[in-house]
Amino acid sequence: MEQQFLTVTQNSRLAPAVYKMRLEGDVTAITKPGQFINIKLDGFYLRRPISVYDLDEKSVTIIYKAVGHGTEYMTTLENGAKLDVLTGLGNGCDLSRAGEKPLLLGGGLGVPPMYLLAKKLIAQEKTVTAILGFNTAEEIFCADEFEKLGAKVIITTTDGSSGVKGFVTDAMKELSYTHVFCCGPEPMLRAVYENCKTSGQFSFEERMGCGFGACMGCSCKTITGSKRICKDGPVLFKEEILWDA
Amino acid sequence: MGRLTTSLCGIELDNPVIPASGTFGYGCEFAELYDINILGTFSFKGTTREPRYGNTPPRIAETPSGMLNAVGLQNPGVDKVISEELPALKKVFHKPVMANVSGFSLEEYAYVCGRLDAEPQIGWLEVNISCPNVHGGAMAFGTEPKSAAKVTKAVKKAAKKPVIIKLTPNVTDIVSVAKAVEAAGADGISLINTLLGMRINLSSKKPLLANTTGGLSGPAVFPVALRMVYQVAKAVKIPVIGLGGISTAEDVIEMMLAGACAVQVGAANLIDPFVCPKIIKQLPKTMDKYGIKNLKDIIGGAL
Repeated sequence: MEQQFLTVTQNSRLAPAVYKMRLEGDVTAITKPGQFINIKLDGFYLRRPISVYDLDEKSVTIIYKAVGHGTEYMTTLENGAKLDVLTGLGNGCDLSRAGEKPLLLGGGLGVPPMYLLAKKLIAQEKTVTAILGFNTAEEIFCADEFEKLGAKVIITTTDGSSGVKGFVTDAMKELSYTHVFCCGPEPMLRAVYENCKTSGQFSFEERMGCGFGACMGCSCKTITGSKRICKDGPVLFKEEILWDA
Repeated sequence: MGRLTTSLCGIELDNPVIPASGTFGYGCEFAELYDINILGTFSFKGTTREPRYGNTPPRIAETPSGMLNAVGLQNPGVDKVISEELPALKKVFHKPVMANVSGFSLEEYAYVCGRLDAEPQIGWLEVNISCPNVHGGAMAFGTEPKSAAKVTKAVKKAAKKPVIIKLTPNVTDIVSVAKAVEAAGADGISLINTLLGMRINLSSKKPLLANTTGGLSGPAVFPVALRMVYQVAKAVKIPVIGLGGISTAEDVIEMMLAGACAVQVGAANLIDPFVCPKIIKQLPKTMDKYGIKNLKDIIGGAL
């Protein structure tokens, strides 16, 4: 983890309430897909943890949804704004377990972390399929970006306005794959877990205090004991997940 | 002797800055970020006899200028602290550390304090009779002068090292509790633990924290903490550690003027993991600005 001051170089709307922000500066502490950054915002006490969408040598790109006062404030930030950011947080995905045909599943704001993952897996010459789930056609974002990488993209919408009607699990049943990577709301994670025929990695979300393992605010129970979502997670292996009764 | 030195129950500190229990783990996360030997000391995560998972999440909520937590004393239990955390700490921290202890009975407090008292790296025992997030323990002992005195006596019997009692602000008369623990033999007092608070989620229309209530900390509580430290420092002769919302060198100086011989920094560590080194570095400049030669000279200056 590092504390860095990053400069906003893009902050644009992708879909209703969904924004893409590019932050330039020293981002070398971010080493793996599935990691996140924690952003200090003027006037808000706790930082905002946001997953990494894309990364290059001098910038990190995030996709966030304006759901509360903090993220709404983020939408007002203009190019040139400097942000105090903790970078390189969380364990990230373990790519060594992907096999030849990994299946990536992202639901809503669980889609962004799948992008850097798809990029890295394709760079390793894996055959990547990405199932991207949204509520409705209007809310779809970034699907074409996954296609540009060379991933096979399957869209699902709950109302059937685009792609497969239903949930991401409706699109995974007939597929063959070697490993699953999944990020999305907890009911989706659980449904994918129950339908998953292989090993897998699931990225969890919890309200955090610090984001770097100090406060125990985001602890969850796993088969191998208590884990901090921010430091020991957010990515948990399928075999260690313990669902609430 | 530097300008920042102070003394706590007979042990010299290089400076008065002590990360507060529950915001610093057992030190190792922060040792990866900076040399934690620059600290006065730190108070490690509240430790109980048995391992505890703590409360169901969500355990954290934001507030204006602060936060609520309802972690509920998650810790690996005293056996693991002694067999794993302290040996790991010894490699990265070479000063006496403050052991924060919590419990659900007098026997548990005495047992855990006795175990930790025997560990060479422990300098002080800080006894938490003030956690608002667990039922049937901790804060229940700290809200009554009589029960606070009972815990103090039980712990003093079990331990040879200085015993600091950590008080809750969730009382009508903090001074009576402070006087009671002093009379029962406490070597020092730290205050304040968090203030009981809550928030409601407007979408679900239910309490935001699974525990319903949580402890408020951060800059929002600083004036309350300062007032209570002032009142207690006026009333007792034993050393007082001030904490509650401290996040700058100015806050440290205010707290010491109110009578604190050392301070703890809590929530601020979670927002800026480098806040303690920043405060320590800033202190001499801020002291210059206000014509303060040595920090020791200003303790209780406003009393």
